Amino acid sequence: MEFLSSICPPEILCQILVGLSRTTILFIVASGLTLILGVLRIPNIAHGSLYMIGAFIAFSVSKWFGGGTTGFWMAVVLAPLAVALISLVVERGIFAHLYEREHLMLLLLTFAMALVLGDLVKMVWGGAYRTVQLPGSFKGPIPIASLPIPIYNIFLVIIGPVVALGLWLLANKTKMGKISRAAAVDREMVGAVGVNVSWVFAIVFVIGCFLAGMGGALVSPIVNITLGMDHTLIIEAFLIVIIGGLGNVWGALLGALIFGLTQSLGILIWPQFGIVFPYAAVVTVLIFRPIGLLKSTW
Amino acid sequence: MNKNVYGKESWPVLILFILLLILPFFLTRFYIYLLALILVSGLTAMSLNFVLGYGGIYQFHHAVFYGVGAYGAALTITKLGYSPWIGFLVGSLLAAFLSLVMGAICVRLSKLYFGMLQISLGSLVWAIVYRWYSFTGGDDGIHGVSMPDLINSTKGSYYFTLLVTAACLITMYFIVKSPFGSALQGIRDNPVRGEAVGINVKLHQLVALVIAGFFAGVAGVLFVVVDNSAFPDMLFWTLSLEILIMCLLGGWLTFLGPMLGAAIMVALRTFASTFTEYWTLIQGVILMLVIIFLPEGVLGYVNAKIRQLRNVASGGKA
Repeated sequence: MEFLSSICPPEILCQILVGLSRTTILFIVASGLTLILGVLRIPNIAHGSLYMIGAFIAFSVSKWFGGGTTGFWMAVVLAPLAVALISLVVERGIFAHLYEREHLMLLLLTFAMALVLGDLVKMVWGGAYRTVQLPGSFKGPIPIASLPIPIYNIFLVIIGPVVALGLWLLANKTKMGKISRAAAVDREMVGAVGVNVSWVFAIVFVIGCFLAGMGGALVSPIVNITLGMDHTLIIEAFLIVIIGGLGNVWGALLGALIFGLTQSLGILIWPQFGIVFPYAAVVTVLIFRPIGLLKSTW
Repeated sequence: MNKNVYGKESWPVLILFILLLILPFFLTRFYIYLLALILVSGLTAMSLNFVLGYGGIYQFHHAVFYGVGAYGAALTITKLGYSPWIGFLVGSLLAAFLSLVMGAICVRLSKLYFGMLQISLGSLVWAIVYRWYSFTGGDDGIHGVSMPDLINSTKGSYYFTLLVTAACLITMYFIVKSPFGSALQGIRDNPVRGEAVGINVKLHQLVALVIAGFFAGVAGVLFVVVDNSAFPDMLFWTLSLEILIMCLLGGWLTFLGPMLGAAIMVALRTFASTFTEYWTLIQGVILMLVIIFLPEGVLGYVNAKIRQLRNVASGGKA
């Protein structure tokens, strides 16, 4: 670590770590989005709202268990499950009947969903700023290089690849994953060999939304949980999915890396225009690779 | 707006126009302001419909041209100190120019990919406007833009908005009915065949995008005239989708549908927000109902009904 800090000043190291933990959050949300886009072909704008709901539920669960270590872990486990349950109701109730519509209609339908969910959150939790308490063990500064950011960031950086690996195993090593990939390519044919495609879609949708909820729960201790947190995130997640290649989980990881790092390092280079850098990076990628960096499943 | 705007049935439009001319004499300032706002939103929605409904181009982030038009005018007037009339011109042309640049980058792609690249470019513009405090005022926006005396009053700004909107709609109508408009609709229905019969598809789409960007810019300028302000939310992607909802609600296969959609949305928002703070919930539910039950929009539905009634009537006579 002495070596690391000798080649790289602590503030840059700090920003990189912050960028990587942001990458994890972006990746987890974007991977769910890309999964739904790849298999169901729904550009799900309500995904951002589910992320927000995940964060708010994490807040409530953590409070219910009295905060601290128990509260945090219960929040991280229960919030994504609750979001998955909500998404199952939405999918079976509304989306399942409308898969045949064209993309623009589906996009607007999910936008309508996002509007409704956004106001429901306002009804339940109100407009105040909230936050989830970090457990004591995650609070302290990082010991090895004595960086002034919580250890929680390291935890996030580890979680990202774990989720990526889990999704890869799910998609490639399980029967469910194989069926869903087949259904993405040819829905009728998969139906013809006797698979209930409608339920395959439902399961994929729920897994995707579970990831949105997980992103929200994981981000809840390090940001202000508030209305409108879905608006910027969903657009970022969409851009990540696009530059990574629609439906490609590794692409989502790559896109999230580009987005997260340009964001955190951009702030270092030019504080005022920090948020411009990731958008500029996305535009640059798309000008040279209009259909994304990695292979799309479309 | 006075003739041929709606095919052979121009008289309802003419009546509407006359009504809009005399209404301000019976309304309070608030309602005149509301009417002007409807015209501005309607013009934005119709400019989007020009590329979306007639061109079949997935322009997801249309609000960016609306916002740039408004900022172009407001900044020319406040920061550069030019006359408002020059500001109006600068705003509209700046939007058209931005549309040319963005269109040239995006037009190689189609459908969802076009929309996504367009949304990311638009977000880039939004981020710059949102952060450039010293020039654009950042998230505060620009307020108190001074207007010439002629259009400074509520009524003055309303009549200016009405006349400019009418002029824009007539121009747009003639473009739609021109050979260029027909080629555009042909491309929408079958781009491959369009290419095969010798139409330069990409060029036609680019020209359509610039036209739409220009009219959206004019709408942005009109917003500055009506409200004397510009703010970054005018370029945010949620507004773009709201404009899309207006098109869908009114009916995007009709010429005046988006204007109707805008009127419904703006009026509903104003009245709903007096008794509930959950306007977006209502908006979402309306949108869902429209998509599920009325995919051709209100005007599309009415048109279909009228046609049906006509057929029955003429069938009875024959």
